[in-house]
Amino acid sequence: MPGEKSEQNPLAVEHLEQAPAEKTYLDSNELILNMGPQHPSTHGVLRVILKLDGEKVLGTECVIGYLHRGVEKIAEHRTYAMFNPYVDRMDYVAAVSNGLGYCEAVEKLMNVQAPPRANYIRVILTELNRMASHMLWLGTHALDIGAITPLFYTFRDREEILKIFEKYCGARLTTHAFRIGGCLYETYDGFEDDVTKFSNFVEPKLGEYETLLTTNRIWLERTKGVGYISAADCKALGVTGPVLRASGVKWDLRKAQPYAAYNDFEFDIPTGQNGDTYDRYIVRIAEMHQSLRIIRQAVKAIPEGPIMAKIPKVLKPPVGEIYHSIEAPKGELGYFIVSDGSTQPYRVRVRPPSFVNLQALDKMVRGQLVADVVAVIGTIDIVLGEVDR
Amino acid sequence: MVTRLKGRFGSGIAEASTYLGQNYLIADRSIVFNVLQALRDEEQFDYNVDITAVHYPQREKQFDVLWVLYSFARNERMRVKTRIAEGESAPSAVPLWEGANWLERECYDMFGIKFEGHPDLRRILLPDEWKGHPLRKDYGIIQQDQEWVKINLGIESGQ
Repeated sequence: MPGEKSEQNPLAVEHLEQAPAEKTYLDSNELILNMGPQHPSTHGVLRVILKLDGEKVLGTECVIGYLHRGVEKIAEHRTYAMFNPYVDRMDYVAAVSNGLGYCEAVEKLMNVQAPPRANYIRVILTELNRMASHMLWLGTHALDIGAITPLFYTFRDREEILKIFEKYCGARLTTHAFRIGGCLYETYDGFEDDVTKFSNFVEPKLGEYETLLTTNRIWLERTKGVGYISAADCKALGVTGPVLRASGVKWDLRKAQPYAAYNDFEFDIPTGQNGDTYDRYIVRIAEMHQSLRIIRQAVKAIPEGPIMAKIPKVLKPPVGEIYHSIEAPKGELGYFIVSDGSTQPYRVRVRPPSFVNLQALDKMVRGQLVADVVAVIGTIDIVLGEVDR
Repeated sequence: MVTRLKGRFGSGIAEASTYLGQNYLIADRSIVFNVLQALRDEEQFDYNVDITAVHYPQREKQFDVLWVLYSFARNERMRVKTRIAEGESAPSAVPLWEGANWLERECYDMFGIKFEGHPDLRRILLPDEWKGHPLRKDYGIIQQDQEWVKINLGIESGQ
């Protein structure tokens, strides 16, 4: 592995010395254990170097970058429209959210507004995508902890969402559903029916997940009190999304700074109190219910009209810069775009929620057991495509 | 708020304005840490959203370093910007926000900007021995560290 060939610093663990030097009564030796990058529960290619005292974690060091593709560099060499599909490849389980954030950022820079119908379509697809992302998270997270069944349940239901995406835009995963200025595709015949049918189909299924896990004794043992993080630590570390909300902070960008059509809908922000793995699970389940609520309202009220704003064929945003962020399934996803007035962005910076949230791993696992590291990596809900970009 | 800050830091704040409804201020490198600290402690900007940089090779002070801040209490954002020349360092925000750690490491990795006071400034996304900083404008899009590729991957070129 490339990282290991460094001469002066073979394992890059010096700073782990800062971990509190608690002594156990056995006074055993410390052990450095490498986890990943090809570990099944690291959700991709994350390498974590663990410093252990027996089963207890004294500190961690994340080695990331294995999936680095230079997305931000590529952006500087593509036109605004050409870069749009690339953003789908960052958080590939929530590609629709990525596209929404990017399109809205460029629209803001150009001072155009997507038409109301486009905004409603955007909200419906984004919320469907949020559910798909949470379902994938739940399945794999439960699998990591040892429960195999939820994976089959969630993938069965996620399939229905992907079918809607496929019918709408032809792609299932990296959808490229939106364009700068609105949506390229009008909804297909029966889109509203499909979405309504899906929401009726999936509501009892969410209950099924809960019967499998919420009061399951093994699940409780493995998640209650595991990976605790306080609200103050979340704010200091910049952690957002369900992790922040599970620590009791009622903050969601869809409410705090509404974008697209989120102002038109009623929904709650679910929060937890304990900031542990179990609360984050409860928050995400509740978020899926809220997404359903939004989808139902949006399908009923979807307005008629154009789906594309009047924008020029060649996009040349005026000189300036913009920071726009949305509430992606994993947290605050921000785009900082600098325009020099040409057809290509001068700089695109992506503020990835997974990258920032992953930094909290160390705080969350210190003093816990090795097996909990797996649970905590799962509960942060990272996608390495977004961490490394 | 801007008047308060201007009153305190005087001409150190070169510009404080709004573009497309977003507030930003440009502060001098020497006082930017104090500005950030004042924003955090006195103006409730308790969440450091992002730290990044932009490279302008034709300028004398080549780099813009940016801090995007957010205040939960005020529901407001603020971009703080400072300009530094090649070889100059920016102050590290790690003493203010722990989360600045990885963001500054990425900034160093991509631009080669040193953050003074950072506890552990190493590359984060690229391998430690990599030469060059890819997000600089003079770094080509298909450019790579051939030597590193040869030694570590055992191939002539990754392209």
